Amino acid sequence: MSLLLRYDGVLLMKKSSLKEVKFAFINSLPVLFGFIFLGIAFGILLQKAGFNYIWAFFTSLTVYAGSLQFVLVSFLSSGTALPVVALTTLFINSRHMFYGLSFIETFKSMGKRYPYMIFSLTDETYSVLCSLKLPDEMDGNRVRFLIALFNQSYWIIGSVLGALIGRLIPFGFDGIEFSMTALFVVILVERWKTDGVRVPAIVGLICGIISLLALGAESFLLPALSAVVAVLLLLRPSIEGGREAER
Amino acid sequence: MSTSFLDAVFIIATAAVCTFVTRLLPFVLFGGKRGMPKAVKYLAAVLPSAIIAVLVVYCLKGLVPLQWPKGIAELASVAVVIVLHLWKRNTLVSIAGGTILYMVLIRLI
Repeated sequence: MSLLLRYDGVLLMKKSSLKEVKFAFINSLPVLFGFIFLGIAFGILLQKAGFNYIWAFFTSLTVYAGSLQFVLVSFLSSGTALPVVALTTLFINSRHMFYGLSFIETFKSMGKRYPYMIFSLTDETYSVLCSLKLPDEMDGNRVRFLIALFNQSYWIIGSVLGALIGRLIPFGFDGIEFSMTALFVVILVERWKTDGVRVPAIVGLICGIISLLALGAESFLLPALSAVVAVLLLLRPSIEGGREAER
Repeated sequence: MSTSFLDAVFIIATAAVCTFVTRLLPFVLFGGKRGMPKAVKYLAAVLPSAIIAVLVVYCLKGLVPLQWPKGIAELASVAVVIVLHLWKRNTLVSIAGGTILYMVLIRLI
């Protein structure tokens, strides 16, 4: 009898974890298309610079930062000095400092997965995690971990594919990278509809556009994010007042 | 490949460590036992919407300076993503619809 119960228990566990795998996979799908094709583009570039699929695999495994890896290709081919590599990396990826803030409590509760969750917090994983609507019965930590893991796998698979067979792919996929833009737009619309307070989104758009117009495409991101933080802190009394009133 | 094997390994390792440092920073600063100051808690709540809005602008940065006529493809596709999503509210439909339209438009324009 107890054996039977245990068997039932295992079945139940498997069933529920399969549900979480499926849920995580569906939520990671928007990233799949973007990452596979962006990854392929990176792999092709790396291969052209003289570094094969093994390099692509290890770079995407250990660095795992979209836009930076494209810059890294030129660093690798010209043998750039390490301090320059370090400073450029810190600068390009400095936006990630702001991402962790919203997940400190959540990630801390994730035990052994905690370091990986921090490591894998890219723009895309951050956005998917922000927009996640978990059904009550699911283990949220498991879902979040799986999403992070799936996303990185897409990126690795893409970059290895690109380095291996990139040149065989006829360039019929130009424009597929728009799926990343579409992902961010969808998440913004979603938040716009569900968030009670819309001021942060408006602040983000305005700071982003002003910085872009003032500073140009290459260097606007960090100033834009810093401006967002400053403006949101200034607006804190009124926004928090609004939230209280809503309750 | 003119860069030596070891140099390349060091370049990748440097990029990997520095990337991790940027992601680790908030956890080191505010993840301790003392917990988060109230202002940081407030930021944690309001930043996601604002950051995603900035990321949308980031994705569309190619529009400035206005690239004619490629900009049309981008703007039209973003508009379609928004409309599709307000209408059907299905993430995959919105993303696939907008992306397919974009891929068609950049070939036509």
